[in-house]
Amino acid sequence: MATDVHRPVTAHAVRVEGLTRAFDGRAVIDDLRLDIAPGEFVALLGRSGCGKSTLLRILAGLDRDIQGTALVPRRRAVAFQAPRLMPWKKVWRNVLLGLPGRPERAVAERVLDEVGLGHRIGAWPKTLSGGEAQRASLARALVREPDLLLLDEPFGALDALTRIKAQRLVGEVWQRRGCAVLLVTHDVEEAVLLADRVLVMDGGRIAHEQRIDLDRPRGITDPRFAALRAGLLERLGVDTAAEAS
Amino acid sequence: MSISHAPPSSPEPDISAMSKSERPGAERPGPGPLDLQPVVPAFSRGFRVPRWVRRTTGPIVLLAMWQVLSATGVLTSDVLASPGRIAQVGWDLVSDGSLPTAMGTSLRRVASGLLLGTVIGTGLALVSGLFRIGEDLVDAPVQMLRTVPFVGLIPLFIIWFGIGEAPKTAIITLGVTFPIYLNVYAGIRGVDSQLVEAGESLGLSRWGLTRHVVLPGALPGALTGLRYALGIAWLALVFAEQVNADAGIGFLMVQARDFLRTDVIVVCLIVYAFLGLLADFVVRSLERLLLQWRPTFTGR
Ligand SMILES: Nc1ncnc2c1ncn2[C@@H]1O[C@H](COP(=O)(O)OP(=O)(O)OP(=O)(O)O)[C@@H](O)[C@H]1O
Ligand SMILES: [Mg+2]
Repeated sequence: MATDVHRPVTAHAVRVEGLTRAFDGRAVIDDLRLDIAPGEFVALLGRSGCGKSTLLRILAGLDRDIQGTALVPRRRAVAFQAPRLMPWKKVWRNVLLGLPGRPERAVAERVLDEVGLGHRIGAWPKTLSGGEAQRASLARALVREPDLLLLDEPFGALDALTRIKAQRLVGEVWQRRGCAVLLVTHDVEEAVLLADRVLVMDGGRIAHEQRIDLDRPRGITDPRFAALRAGLLERLGVDTAAEAS
Repeated sequence: MSISHAPPSSPEPDISAMSKSERPGAERPGPGPLDLQPVVPAFSRGFRVPRWVRRTTGPIVLLAMWQVLSATGVLTSDVLASPGRIAQVGWDLVSDGSLPTAMGTSLRRVASGLLLGTVIGTGLALVSGLFRIGEDLVDAPVQMLRTVPFVGLIPLFIIWFGIGEAPKTAIITLGVTFPIYLNVYAGIRGVDSQLVEAGESLGLSRWGLTRHVVLPGALPGALTGLRYALGIAWLALVFAEQVNADAGIGFLMVQARDFLRTDVIVVCLIVYAFLGLLADFVVRSLERLLLQWRPTFTGR
């Protein structure tokens, strides 16, 4: 486990310091610092290409060409930006892939039901629609019961209703499991709705941090919600007055 | 084959054009009346000839032409016997038992050479595909040997292995090993690194990654290799049996040549063709079974 022995008081689920990752001499992540407490839900915003997915891959332990320290728990699960299902395995086998022991089909059935894919459990991944594949990928991450859940825009290809359901599901898994979550998203509303803390990434580091202290379940109609949303949008460089018209 | 990966991005412009034409009151300068064309359902494109009829038409036409040429005397029987004559000779060869015996011998040789070559080729490809050190040690020698024409090794093999079954099996094995090696190796190295990464993130061990990600990903390539290997196996068989043999289809052909029996030679060639067709059918079935996860472009 990645608890830092020098700081027995504040345990961390993620501890990143002085992290730098460069592609061909261009630092995409530049001296980044990030702490996530156990059980904390953190949302990560930022312009396209600012390095969010790169950060996620590093935290998942998949990219080791880094400088600096990055401490993460051993049990992690990732839902990638692209579904990345094994095309030669049926959906339910994809979900169970890599689980310890010999998990039963019912386990996959349950979690696929939760993401609304119960009827496509025996399908080949290449026959799934974009959103279905994304939900299968989400189910594959959720079934792992991790200590750190890394989600890279998991709701990108979903319609409004399915999206709300999936968001609720992630919220439930988070509360039941008590795992730390890092959710990359482009949707400020979604970030404010789900997260304890919203980070804005820019220039290779965390440029802005916003704590969200609203009670759950949160409503979009709450004026404080709107204020937080507007503040974050401003941080992202969106002119809220123009957007409102 | 990768056409199935094309992103479904094309419909969007059509939809926007349609919705535009439905709102004639829109302020923008309209595109004018659109020239609509019907989307014809695939099954209603006129009368369709059954697949098997279409597939057998070519050979039958060829056969008919051959018969006509023979009957009119353009093709004399010492150049090429007529189809009717060949059918007769074929039947005689089958009923006196010489053709089935020869086929059995030849099939056994191909099978053992194919099996050995596949095992060796796959084994080498796994070593050099999965491990970088294996690549450094194995790949260069194999690539070097590959360019040696294996048929040229027949004299050497006869010196080494004598004149029994061994040199024939060896020559087929050698011919089969390289296409299997090349395709399995390329298949392994062509596996999508994103999928390997995903497997890693799911906590798969090295062996688990190999079993669940790398090998299934290399399977399409491996089957292509098997197809090539089958073609080469028959070729190698013909060479091996004609240089030095006392049984098998090739031996039958050499005998027929000495007696100027073009009819027997043609029967043997037809047998080769049918065995090749049969082998191809086996690989096709194997592909359908093992690659059913892959929707591919099937032609229009
Ligand atoms: N393997 C690579 N080689 C070179 N450059 C890379 C590589 N991977 C990512 N990059 C670059 O690093 C930058 C950050 O990429 P990343 O995928 O982290 O962006 P992102 O913040 O996730 O963007 P998006 O919101 O569009 O997904 C981009 O400019 C990208 O082009
Ligand atoms: Mg990304």
